[in-house]
This record gives sequence, structure tokens and C-alpha cells, in this order.
Amino acid sequence: MTDTSAAARPKRPKSSSPLLAIWAQFRSHKGAVFGLCVLGFMLVAVVIGPWLWVPEKLSVAQAIKLKNQGPSLRFPLGTDQLGRDMLARMLLAGRISLAVGMVAMTIAIVFGTLIGVLAGYFRRLDGPLMRLADMFLALPLIPLLLVMVMLFRDKIAGLIGPELGAFALIVFAIGVTSWMATARIVRGEVLTLKEREYVLAARSIGVRPNRIILRHILPNVVSPVMVAATLGVAEAIITESVLSFLGLGFPPDFPTWGRLLYDGLQYMQVYPERVIWPGLAISLTVLSVNYIGDGLRDALDPRIRGR
Amino acid sequence: MFTYTLRRLLLAVPILLVISLVIFLLVDLAPGSPMSEIPLTVPPDVRQKMIEALGADQPVFVRYLLWLKQFFWIEPMTLFDHWFGTSIVEGQQRILSWQSRSPVFTIIGQRIPQTLTVVGTAYLVGILIALPIGIYSAYRQYSFFDQLGTLFAMIGFSVPTFFSGTLFIIIFAVWLGWLPTKYDTMLEVTDWSSFMQQVKQMALPVMTLGLANAATISRYMRSSMLDNMQMDYVRTARAKGMREKTVVLRHVLRNSLIPVVTVIALGIPSIFGGAIITENLFGVNGIGAALIGAIHANDLPMVQTLAFIFAVLIVLFNLIADILYGLLDPRIRYD
Amino acid sequence: MKLKTLLLGAAAAFALAPAAHAERGADGEVKLTFPQAVSIMNPYLTGGTKDIYASSLVLEPLAGLTPEGVLVPKLVTEIPTKENGGVSEDMTSITWKLLPDLKWSDGTPVTADDAVFTWKYCTDPAGGCSQATKYEGVASVEAVDPSTIKVTFSGPKANPYTAFVSALSPVLQKKQFEACLGAAAPTCTDPNNMPVGTGPFMVTGFTVNDTVSLAANPNYRDPAKPAFATAVIKGGGDAEGSARAVMETGEFDYAWNTQIPPETQESMKAAGKGQFVVAFGTLVERIEMNTTDPDPALPEGERATAKHPHPILSDIKVRTALSKAIDRSILVEVGYGAGGKPTCNVIPGPEGWASDNEGCIAQDMEGAKALLDEAGWTDSDSDGIRDKDGKKLHILYQTTVNPIRQDFQALIKDWWTELGVEVELKAIDPGVFFGGDPGSPDTFQKFYADVEMYANNSESPDPESYLGQYQCKNAPSPETQWQGENINRFCTPEYDALYATLATTTDIAARQDIAKKLNDMVTKDSMIVVPLVHRGTLSAHSNTLGGVQINAWDSEMWNAADWFRVK
Repeated sequence: MTDTSAAARPKRPKSSSPLLAIWAQFRSHKGAVFGLCVLGFMLVAVVIGPWLWVPEKLSVAQAIKLKNQGPSLRFPLGTDQLGRDMLARMLLAGRISLAVGMVAMTIAIVFGTLIGVLAGYFRRLDGPLMRLADMFLALPLIPLLLVMVMLFRDKIAGLIGPELGAFALIVFAIGVTSWMATARIVRGEVLTLKEREYVLAARSIGVRPNRIILRHILPNVVSPVMVAATLGVAEAIITESVLSFLGLGFPPDFPTWGRLLYDGLQYMQVYPERVIWPGLAISLTVLSVNYIGDGLRDALDPRIRGR
Repeated sequence: MFTYTLRRLLLAVPILLVISLVIFLLVDLAPGSPMSEIPLTVPPDVRQKMIEALGADQPVFVRYLLWLKQFFWIEPMTLFDHWFGTSIVEGQQRILSWQSRSPVFTIIGQRIPQTLTVVGTAYLVGILIALPIGIYSAYRQYSFFDQLGTLFAMIGFSVPTFFSGTLFIIIFAVWLGWLPTKYDTMLEVTDWSSFMQQVKQMALPVMTLGLANAATISRYMRSSMLDNMQMDYVRTARAKGMREKTVVLRHVLRNSLIPVVTVIALGIPSIFGGAIITENLFGVNGIGAALIGAIHANDLPMVQTLAFIFAVLIVLFNLIADILYGLLDPRIRYD
Repeated sequence: MKLKTLLLGAAAAFALAPAAHAERGADGEVKLTFPQAVSIMNPYLTGGTKDIYASSLVLEPLAGLTPEGVLVPKLVTEIPTKENGGVSEDMTSITWKLLPDLKWSDGTPVTADDAVFTWKYCTDPAGGCSQATKYEGVASVEAVDPSTIKVTFSGPKANPYTAFVSALSPVLQKKQFEACLGAAAPTCTDPNNMPVGTGPFMVTGFTVNDTVSLAANPNYRDPAKPAFATAVIKGGGDAEGSARAVMETGEFDYAWNTQIPPETQESMKAAGKGQFVVAFGTLVERIEMNTTDPDPALPEGERATAKHPHPILSDIKVRTALSKAIDRSILVEVGYGAGGKPTCNVIPGPEGWASDNEGCIAQDMEGAKALLDEAGWTDSDSDGIRDKDGKKLHILYQTTVNPIRQDFQALIKDWWTELGVEVELKAIDPGVFFGGDPGSPDTFQKFYADVEMYANNSESPDPESYLGQYQCKNAPSPETQWQGENINRFCTPEYDALYATLATTTDIAARQDIAKKLNDMVTKDSMIVVPLVHRGTLSAHSNTLGGVQINAWDSEMWNAADWFRVK
């Protein structure tokens, strides 16, 4: 029984660092490497892209004449209904969408996993934490968000400026309203894990709870957490666009992928490329996060890594 | 297990009361007023009168207590009166929507059938598609089928329903002309042709929702199966010479169901909650469309009642999930 | 206007054709779709246009308005005037004569008592009637005899055609609503959802916020009408979905309020199943200028009040420059297409009431720049943004969340940036913006921004009550719980004085003259209101539905009795 031996086994020699081993396993996963490359490419594109691709400065009257153009050398992704260059807007939008997606997902996952593990492992915390999750699941989202904006927007904007303030508020709002599913799933897993023989064995020889959680529980809940993370990125990017319809998001002249997608919807029949670009960007992001998640799970699984 | 269930049920009462208060305060605190959809041509003094007629100018705790009384006494007793012909609460005000002045429970009663048929079918279809895809994808990890399943799932959840729904409308209703875009809620299924009509009008919303549901559930199923496929008991079972089918479907599947059960249990209350965007898009008059309409119109009695029923279902189904954990894995004990 | 004339011509041509072989109920079913679903069928308990239009198929006023804004008798023999003695010489009373043998859809006779009851119903202080302004200044309504209704005003009433005129003020059946007076009004679910009326249709089924089913009224006064045996109003979805259901899939015959981008309108027309129709009322998309200082640094209670004049926009030169920099024809092209036209007036119609002010139509960027230079706003540190006394020319521009408004914001921001103005944009949920909740900082009345954009209109062709908005006393402030229609806090004694004379002037030409002057005072003379686009309401009907005459002054379904199926 290899998995009961984890605690009993003598300490790993320091020389072969576990991080290196994880990386080696990760690298052997083709999908994960592909995902990492695509995501990396998109990150680089949106970070330095807006400096490399500067659209021509057109007056309103000139731009209007160029509205709704298809892709061309001058406008690689075409123009929108006001004659704005879509490539420039996609790049700018990507900055916000990727940042919001990643940060909000991380908040939700960390928070959800933490609560799930605590609730699953410590019976005394189970009741209160899960009832808290029930309450958050039951609260109607839109009034909750509207109240949050009303109470905090001006205060946060006063502290760290309107744009950073909007970012902080959005990320916080999405994080705070999407941790519950992760928490419940993780708790369910932990409930079974803590009755497994190797955990019982570790506990019987007096290993402290925080060590059991870190060494034996967490690595085994990685896989549902990774799925939740993949779903979380997509959801956060879309939720951001919903927020901007409530006036909670960024000022209306800041494009985001979700907003471009929604705006393009009205023109879908006439100019389908208007929805294809943002849709493609969101799908690619989600796909690459998913493959990275797959790779990470394999890499973190001691049973596979050891093989 | 029985005492545990009983204790949880008893505990649910105060918890639900707290939740109802929190929801009430939240909705009340949210900016906006029931007058937001009244045209600007109606002057402020008339607006004020309208608000007073709704009782919306009363202090928040008075309104909350009134709602509690209406929800827990007047509404059940109205039903009682209706069944037994008594008149215990005759003439007492039921929970009235501010927007339509109709009793909230009448509206819910009108809408539940649509929500259950459309959203419920979509959920069922989603699960039925997702489980086999998830199981087979995991069994043949990284095969062509698995890659295809992954792509399908990624598209399913990275494309929001407002997008996929509109796309389906354009393809199946505008270009091909096969299916209607608007759901006819007055349709009564009496014979074969009206049944076909019902199937046709359900097709688009069910497709839209089913795709999203299937995508999510299939991912959890796959990842959970993968985890369990590598367990030692699987190797043991195979070594004992068990048939592959038995190993996968009896042993691995059963042990993989815990996260899937959680996800499905989390999803069932949301069937009642409806699917806001999809219902709106196709004109299905379900609960989701009612909730979003009420939120936009600041129809507090409607939002409060729906949100509270929703809370009851969430608490209930999470309890059911906990009990199911115990059945799926006898090692889990709660006492 | 060309489109409208064309349509009227077409409608007139159609109207002749079916008259010969018209028969009630011969044309089967007519299906309507609204992007917002109908909540209630009683117009006195709602303000929603969707509800008022739907109820207009069932409930009727004594007189309605034609698409030209002219009064037309509905339940009465003729329109009372001074000439025919229906309106008293001193303008203090008006007497309506009901048509003989008029019946409710349940077969009982319509009497003057029903009108008296309707007045009592709407003026009951506990009822919360949303159309109370229709009965403002009415001292009493009496039944002189069963078919004569006399409305007496508390003083001379320049415009006596408010009570019982248009779909906003129909007659209710006394028998049905008797138990629903005052506080009981909202609890009368059945009457509110299925009112008995005199209109061409009667309600046979009602599901809240979804579908209204109607059938031809067997007791309708014209035995040959309506041509349709049944009607259905399906609500929900969005403007695009409604338009598509008529123009592309042909599932519905009529879609109300199909405001979609011009490009999409064109592609839908190409399907050849239907057509868009547009009616111009007085709806004007405008930018409102704040004359008070919305600086968040000011203490709550003083922020955005008359105590602190606006540091930038108090100067008329700045306001004029901002208006001059806008090219309104581009806005129309991008946002509305055939459904809009550039305007410089708050009252753009009907003819006779609209001022001939067209000075703002042509964009004048150089003139705008010169005006700002003159006002002392120059770009002293050459960063592209003008400044004065060390203060940047920065403007916060807010509106509701709406794709067309966001396009307008983007375009206007571009023009103003060219002018050297730094523009910050903000979009607010319409429910919050128009909600008027004094606790929220984002309502349009609180106006915690420098300029804001929305649309407003006059509900009747006579704009008296609409122009009343800009009186000093209507300014929102903490003292009024931030309620009031004069959101600019515009306040001049001249305007108030001239407005006071409007209420006492009865001669129509003189009234029009005053209205034009008042219009000019808030627009070109002061630039407090910067009108942008005169918006029409855009609806769609299928090619097989005949007799449609879209109407901006009354319900769009005002002549549904004349609708028929084109064969």
C-alpha cells in the first residue's frame, strides 16, 4: 500500500527538490505545455500588445466612414459600429478580462478550498461554515452587488483611485459570490478522505492536523479544485460583463471581452466576426487553463509522479 | 444518521429565519425603488402617493414582520381555506407583488410548471449526456474521444447562454425555420400534434441550457473518475480477475460520485430558480424570468418570497447531499 | 416624416378595401409581442407603457388622439368645444355626451355614473393612482343625466381635455370596481387583470408578466369590428427578439418598441416578412447640464445644491461650446437611423408647438474652441487638456446602461476630447438611475455628475405640464428628499413668470407662442438642456397585418378595431 506509507516513509533526500520533480512531470504533459504556451502568449500580447499595435488616430467623422469593416491589413480584426479598430480593443479588453478572470478565480478557489477543508476536517466548524455557504448561495446576486457598489465604490475609489478601485471591487464581488460551490465540493471530498486508512494512521501516530491537511488532504482534493478553477475563470470573465451592466464594472469606455461579446450580439447576424473574436479569446483562455489544470493535477499526484 | 437528519432539520428553522431577515434587509437596502419603471412624466407627488399605497414607506421591521405573518400564516391558511371551504383568513391581505398587484403565490403557481418542464428537462438531459461522456473520457484518458469531450465541455462553459441561445435562434429559427423562437405558454398538450409543438418549442431552450449543464457536470465526473482509476483497490479488483465493466461501473463509479453528487445537489435548487437569461431570451415564463423582472422593478415582496423559497431548497438539498455521502461512502459519519 | 406620410397613405388605401366585406372575427387571430411583459391591465395602477398599451385594447377613454395629435371621439358623440357649447365660455367646465346604446363587454349599459366613479377611483388619496395628474384641477364630475358627463374645474382650465382623454385615462366599469376604492385598489386582483371594457377586445386569460389572451368584444359598438376573433399579447425577451419574431420568423404580427441598431434593422427588412414603422412624439434624448457643484469633497447635504454653483458649467460659454462640438447627425446615423432626427428643441413637436431653433444642427468645432478660449479655458501646460486658474477642464458624464447611450458617450467623449476637455464616463443601472431612491448617490435627480444624458417627453401634445418641470420650485434638493423634475436646478424668475402666464392663456396660438419661448429659454438661450436626438418609437408589423397606424400621442393600438388580415 503505497499511499499509507507517505507519513511513515523516511524524509525525502533534500537534493531532489519536490518542486523540480513536479515541474518535470508537468513538462511531460503535452496538453499542459500547450496550455501554458497559449496562455503565456495571450498574457504577453495583452501586456505589450497595446504598445506595439497603436491604431491610427482618426477623427470621429473619418472613423464613422470606416465602421463595420471586415478584417483587412489596416484593421486585422475589422472595425466596430463606431469605426474603432477591433484589434486594439481586443488587446485592451484582454488586459482587464484576463486580470479579472485570474484574480477573481484565485480568490474564489483559495477561499473556497480553505472553508471546505476546515468544514470537512473539523467537525465543530462544519455546521457554521456550511450554513454560511447556504446563506451566500441563497442571497439574490444582483441586489447583493448593487448594495456592495453603493456602500463601497466611492470609499474604495477615494482610497486607490477609480480604476484600481473598480478592479478591486469587481474582483472582490466575484470572489465573494463564487466560493460556495468549491467549498461544498472540497468539504465532501475531505469528509471521505479523513476516514481513509493513511489519514487515520497519520492521526494515530500524533501528526498535527495542519500537517495532515497539507501533506495528505490537500494533494488529494487538487483535482476537483482544478475543475472548479477552470470553470471559475470562464465564469469570472462573463460575470464581469454582467457587472458592467449594473454599472458596477469599469467605466463604459473600458472594453472587456465579456462586454465586447455582449455588444457584438446585436450585430451577430450581419457581422458575425464581432462575436467570434471575443468568444474565441474567452474559449482559448478557458481551454488553456483547463489543460494547465490537468497537467498540474498529474504533476501533484504522488502516485503518478513516482512512476 | 436519523438523529443527525432530525437535528439538521430542527436547526434549519432558526437558520432560515436568519437568512430571510438578511435577504429582506439586503433587498431593502439595495438602491432603486418600485417607481423606477414609471415614466418620467408622472410627477413626484403622485409617485409618493403610489409608494404609500404600496405600503413601501413603512419602517423596514414593520414590513418584515408583516411578510413573516403573510408567509407563515396567511398564505398556508389561504390554501387551507381553499381546500376545505373554510374562511379563516378571508379578507386578510396576501403577499401582493408591487409590480402587478397579484398575489405572489398565484404568480409562482402559474410559473412553476414552465420552469420545471423546461429547466428540469434541460438539467436531466445535461446529466444524461454528461455522465457517459465523463466516465468514458476518464476511462480512455487522452484518447480522441476524450479530447473531443474536453473541447465540447470547454465550449459549453466558456460560451455564455446569452450567446449560445442567440446563435441557436439564428441557426434553427431564422435560417432553417424549423423551430419557434418564442415559447407559447398557453399551449395545452392534448393530442399528438400539440405534443410535437410542445417538443419543438422546448427544443431551443433545452438545448441551450443542457449544453451548459452537461459541460460542467462532465468535467467533475471525468476528474473524479480519473482520481479513482489510479486507486489501489482498482488494481486489486482487476487482479482478482473481475470483469472490466464491473470494475469501472461498480467500484470506480460509486466512489467517484461524491463531488458529482455535490454539484448536482447544488444545481437542483437552481432548477427551481430557473434560468434567468435563457427564460428571458425564449419567453419562457418561468421563475427565473419572474425573479429578474422583480429585481429590476424593485418588487420587494416578490423578490423576498422567491429568494426565501430558494433558500429553503438550498438548505434542503444540501442536507440530502450530506445524507447521500453517507450512503455512498459508509466511512463518513456525522455523529 | 416622409415615412409616416407614406404609411398613412398606404393605410388609407387599405382602409377602403375591407369595408365592403368586413365581418367581426373573420380574420382569425392577431399576435402581438412586447419586449416587456404586461403586468396588469389597469392603467390607473401602473405607469408602464406596456401595461397602458395592452389595456387600451380593452378600456377606452371618452376621446382619443390621432397620429397627428388631433382629438377623436371614442365613447362620445363629438368633441366638446366652445363653439358647440360643450366647453363653457369661462373654460371652467366641459360636458361630454355619451354615444347612445353603448354597452360594456358584459352587456350592461355604459352610463355617466361610470365616468363619475372613475374620477372618484383615481382621486382617492389612499389608492395611489398613477394618472392622478389627469384629474388635477377637476373640482367635480357629475352625471347630469345617464348619458351626459359634466366635468367642472376649480378655475379656468386652458386645456380641458385631460380627464377621460387618451389611453392614460380610460373609463372603468363602476359595477366591477366598486369594491376597489382607495386602499382596496391593489387587492382587487381579478378586476385589475381582467377589466370589463368597451374596447374592441375583452380579456379571456391573463398570466402575470407573460401573456394576455383576448377575444373580440361581442358588444363592441361597430358590429363589423374587430376583424380579428382573438388576440394574444406575449411579453418578454428583448427588442431584438421581438423584432426578429415579426420580421424574420413571422411568428408574430406586431412588435411594439423594437429599438435595435440601424444595421440590424436593414438586415431584418431584407427577410421581406414585415416592415418597421416609426412615430415621432416629443421624446428627446438630451444632455442635461448641472448648474450646481457635484464635488464629492463638499459635505453631504450641500453637494449638488444651489448653495454651490458649478465651477465650470456655470459659464454659458462653456455650455455652448460643449453643444457646438457635437455632430448630431452622426449620432442619429449611429444610434437610430430612420427612428431619429437631430434636434435643438426640448419640444420638437407637434407642428405649431415646436420652435424653429436649428442653430445647433451643424457642428462647429472651431467656434467651440474659440468660445472656450474666450471663457479663459486654455491649454497652458500643453497636455491637451484645457485649464484655468490651475484647474483642469474635467467633466464627469453619466447615463444609464444601454448600448446606444454607450455609443453616444464614446462619440461625444471623442468630440469633447478634441475640444480639450477631459471626459470621465459613467454608466448606471437604469433601475437605480431612474429609481429615485434618496439613499443612492446614482439617481438622476441627485445628479452627482457634471452632465447626464437620458430621454424625456411630454405625455400630451400640449406641453404645459412638461414645461412646468423647469420652475425653480421643482429643483431636487435634500429638503425635498431629492425628488423633483428640475434636475438641472435651473432657476430664473423670467421663466417662472412666463410659465405662470401659460396656465392662464387659453388662446391656442398664444399658448404655442409662449411654449416656444419657454423652450428657447432652456435650450438655445441658456444651453441648460442640450437636446441631441428627437427619437421616434420604432415598432414592427408583418406584411399581412393591415390597418396599422402608429401613434405617438395615444396608445399604438389606438385603432386596433380597424386592423385586419391582408390576404
